[in-house]
Formats: sequence, C-alpha cells, structure tokens
Amino acid sequence: MIIVPYVTGYLSEHYADDDFRTLSAYKAKGGFEGLKKALAMEPEEVVEIMKSAGLRGRGGAGFNAGMKWSFMPKDTDRPKVLVCNGDESEPGSFKDRLIMERGPLQILEGILIAAWAVGASKAFIYIRGEYKEPIRCLEAAVKELYGARLCGENVMGKKGFNIDIVVHSGAGAYICGEETGLLESLEGKKGQPRKKPPFPAQFGAFGLPTTVNNIETFAHAPYILDRGVDWFRGFGTEKSPGTTLYGVSGHVERPGLFELPLGTPLREVIGHAGGVRGGRRLKGVIPGGMSMPILTPNDIDVPMADEFLSERGTHLGTGGVMVMDETTCMVRVACVVSYFFRDESCGQCTQCREGTGWINKICERIEQGRGTQQDMKLLEDVPAMMEGQTICAFADAAAWPIQGLMRHFRDDFEAHIREHKCPYPESFEL
Amino acid sequence: MQAQTLQKIEALFEKYPQKRGALLPAIYLVQAEKGHVDSDAARELAELFELQPVDVWEVLTFYNMFYTAPQGRHHVYVCTNLPCSLRGARSLLKGIESHLGVHCGQTTADGRITLGHEECLGSCGTAPMMRVDGEYVENLDLVEAKRVIDGLD
Ligand SMILES: Cc1cc2nc3c(=O)[nH]c(=O)nc-3n(C[C@H](O)[C@H](O)[C@H](O)COP(=O)(O)O)c2cc1C
Ligand code: SF4
Ligand code: FES
Repeated sequence: MIIVPYVTGYLSEHYADDDFRTLSAYKAKGGFEGLKKALAMEPEEVVEIMKSAGLRGRGGAGFNAGMKWSFMPKDTDRPKVLVCNGDESEPGSFKDRLIMERGPLQILEGILIAAWAVGASKAFIYIRGEYKEPIRCLEAAVKELYGARLCGENVMGKKGFNIDIVVHSGAGAYICGEETGLLESLEGKKGQPRKKPPFPAQFGAFGLPTTVNNIETFAHAPYILDRGVDWFRGFGTEKSPGTTLYGVSGHVERPGLFELPLGTPLREVIGHAGGVRGGRRLKGVIPGGMSMPILTPNDIDVPMADEFLSERGTHLGTGGVMVMDETTCMVRVACVVSYFFRDESCGQCTQCREGTGWINKICERIEQGRGTQQDMKLLEDVPAMMEGQTICAFADAAAWPIQGLMRHFRDDFEAHIREHKCPYPESFEL
Repeated sequence: MQAQTLQKIEALFEKYPQKRGALLPAIYLVQAEKGHVDSDAARELAELFELQPVDVWEVLTFYNMFYTAPQGRHHVYVCTNLPCSLRGARSLLKGIESHLGVHCGQTTADGRITLGHEECLGSCGTAPMMRVDGEYVENLDLVEAKRVIDGLD
C-alpha cells in the first residue's frame, strides 16, 4: 500500500511511521488526549462541540456528524450501538483503507469518544471482507485497547463507561455500504437496505438505537476534541471544515492519496498526483467516487468541497478523484459504470433492478456500434425514472453518472451511433 | 462440520446481541474447511443457527465471497473497475486468460487456479491490481502478474 505523502493536515501526519499503529507510539503523538478531554465533559457537551465543529460525514452524504449523534434517544434503557462503516466499496475510493492500515487507533479513539457522547455500549466495525489487511490492523488495535483497559468496562477509570468493540467482516457486496444494508448484513442477513423511517437512531442494528458513521469521520473526532473547534475550522471552508484524503486515480502521473483541506481547487489536487499523464490533455474528472456526475476541463478550478461541487451538478462524495485524459472513450466509461451498478443492485426495487440492466445493455450496444437514436432517448428516460423512486440511494447513484456523461459528453455517444463503431482506437481497453 | 469449527462458531455467539449476527463469520469458518459451502454444510449451519436452510442459502448466494461450488486451489481475481481499467486492467486480464488458457470465471483443467474479475477493491491508487488467495498484489503489469501466478503450487 502506498504511503501518503504528507501534504497538509493532521490525519496522515504520522502514517509513514509503522509504530503509529501501536498504542505507545500513538499516545506519544498525542493519542487519547481527545478522549481524555471528552471524558472530562458531560456527553451533551461533546455532542455540542462536534456539532459546532461542523465535521461532515466522510462516507459520501456529508451530514453533520454531531447532529447525527444528537439524534440518539436519551431517555431509554435499551442498549445503544455504534457502527463504524468500513465497507468502502465506492469505485475510486481508497482512503478508508489507508486510515485502517496506518491509523487504526485514530478510528478507535473516535469510536470511544462517540460512545461516550451518545451512551453506546457496543460498537461494530464493519469492514468489507476483501480488506484482509485492514481487518488484521483493526483487530490488533482492538486487542491492544482491551489489554490496556481502554475498552471493555470502566474505560479510563470512568465508572459505568462500558463499551465493547467488535470487528466484523463483510463478504463482498457494495450495497452493504449503504447504512441500512450494512445493518441487515451485520444481523446475518442479505444486505438489502431497509425502508426509512424508522431511521437507525430509533431502530438500528438488532433493532437497537444506532449511529452509523464512516471510518474517516470517526478518525477526525479525536483531533476536534483535543485541539478544539477553532483549530479544526482553520482547515477547509466555512461549510466544509477540516481536511480530507483525496484519492487521485486514473490517468495521472502518480496516483495516490493526498491529505488537503476541503475546498482545495481541483487543479491543485490533481497537481499533487503529478498532473495528467504524459502531458496529455484532460478530458473529464469524476470528483467523488463513481456515483458522482463527471466534470469537464472547464471545472478544473472548482474548490473541492460539496457546496461548490453541487453548483456544478455533482458532489464531493468520498473524494475519490478519477482522472481521464483525451484518449478516453466516454461510452466505454459508461459501460464500466453501468456494468458495476447492474452487478451490485440488490434487486428489491423494480426501477433499480430493471433500470441498471437496461442502461448497461444500451451502453454496450452503443459502444459496439449498434446504437440508435432511440437508445439516446432511453438513456435519458431510464435514469430519470430511477431517481428518487427507490428504497435506497443506490438507484440515484446509478443514474447520476450516466446523466452526467450524457450531459457533458453527448457527442461521444452520437459519434458511435453515426459511425457505427467506437471512434477512440486509443482509449483504454474494455 | 469439524468439531473445532463448531467450537469457534459457538464462541462467536456472545459477540452479537442476537445469535444470527454470527452467521457471516460462521460461514467463513465453514468455508475454510473445504473452500466452499455445499448444501449439507448449509443445512448444518441452519440447524445450529435455528434457521431454515433457505435462510442460510439466500445469504450464501447474496455475497460474492461465499462459494457454493468447488473452487480451484487458488483464486486469482483481477480488478476491472474504472480506475484499474484506465490503467490497463482489461488488457492485463486478457493476458492472464491466455497465459492460463481459461476465460475469466473458469478454473484451469488441473483445478489449480480459478480466474475471475472483481469490482473496485480500494486499490485504485496502485492500479492495476489483483487479489491472489485473498492478498492484494498491486502496481501490476503482465510480467509481474505471470510471475506471481506461476509461483502458485
Ligand atoms: C449505495 C451506497 C453505498 C454506500 N457505501 C458506503 C461505504 O462504502 N462507506 C461509507 O462510509 N458510507 C457508504 N454509504 C453512505 C452510508 O449510507 C452512510 O451514509 C454513511 O456510512 C454515514 O457515515 P458518515 O455520516 O460518517 O458519512 C453508502 C451509501 C449508499 C447509498
Ligand atoms: S435502490 Fe437498488 S440497491 Fe437500493 S434497495 Fe432498491 S434495488 Fe436495492
Ligand atoms: S478500480 Fe481497481 S482497485 Fe479501485
């Protein structure tokens, strides 16, 4: 795995150091100071601090983490559960893996802080099954915590603060990243998302009140508690404070992860990866994982924070930046994207199950030079039918990238239909 | 099911508020015995978890990492999602197909290798890549891929 070039920030500062994964080295770098400060406060104060820090969830939707914590019921004797979402399966996203492998104790400290804040007594870290090394790293770190009495009963000597942490392996299904699909999977079932309401805070894992946050979201929390809201807000933008790990992949000189403040211009993010490979021209950039609509070279100076990206019809998502140079056939891109969503639909909702199959079939037909104008019409109608009509946001995630490609690269589709073949002989192979 | 597997599964129960939470980890343990979970093993699991066999079967077939049919001695999976494809994953996969003389999704005649493709494995920064018996092999080209594959027994 690549080591992050430390650019600017705090999360990845010590990732080059193997020892950072051990308790003693982590503590020597200031680890568990955040938890110590949290435990000196009332849980409500911790939630308030998190709210005003404005940390936005890093799993894709960008919801204020402190706000989410405040939704947990207070007057209940039902046990409460935290779930840490380490399913990371959004194509183009690889940041959570790095955090798990290089900073597992950051995640665990974040979980302990959240457990104190919401009164949880059980935490599950759900990690996609393919992530063997991250699972090993988290298991080792959890073991160390139990040994040091940093989890289990009366954590840090705080009477009544009891929290069990379980590392749980998924088994290969993208939809288990969706939080209610994840909860079903954790319960030993097919990972089919639930209808909402009820929301997880009322009816979550095993029917218990539950908060689900992303790996990276938890990892930021200790720094906020230790160094304060003002310090945290010194990074990033007013609406999107803090740093994130942008993952840059595709046609760049040096793909990798770069920790930068939210709102860093796209040009600079790509620049850290050495720019477009071989001095070629840029054709398109998917800014936030495969579910997010594509940008064009006109957007190269957009600040990479959700409030700016949404003005351009897309989102920050997971910060997975996929770069495509001028050789790229956008119909091939549509084929790869639509194949993925067809393959991963859980099949519960008709629009999603049928729509993803249709879109893929049409894209492949066009790529093979057998497309018609009627197919173009279908590529507009089918995604529109899927959006906002289903149990979970997967169907939107499947529709958006196709809509983006049709919006910005319609010419590529038209050229295939006109010439009855793919006009990009140099493009990446399908 | 071996006695040792059963013991390990029973030790998992207490980690979850409901026994069924241990089903996925239990399937992994059973699968480790023979490389797949057949209908007899599924029935045993169902009994242990107080479920209908169909409940176990539907879980088994939902997830990519569970196998209900015998597999090759080794698994080689090439990631073909977009970031990997942009960096040549599909040509790599074709090269491996002809090196092994099988198509993606097949097992070599000697039962040595099952070749497959996978969706994004969170390794886009070190693309292209493959997963060999569960471990990641990154920053690949065909020469290196063949070297790794030829080294499998
Ligand atoms: C189809 C789909 C897949 C998702 N996959 C992931 C994932 O792999 N990891 C993740 O953290 N969140 C994923 N999410 C978002 C989760 O549903 C949830 O919003 C998130 O884990 C909450 O954490 P956060 O608020 O800290 O971001 C996915 C959502 C959808 C609709
Ligand atoms: S939208 Fe798709 S993935 Fe989500 S529940 Fe419906 S069928 Fe399943
Ligand atoms: S696309 Fe292959 S690892 Fe992400």
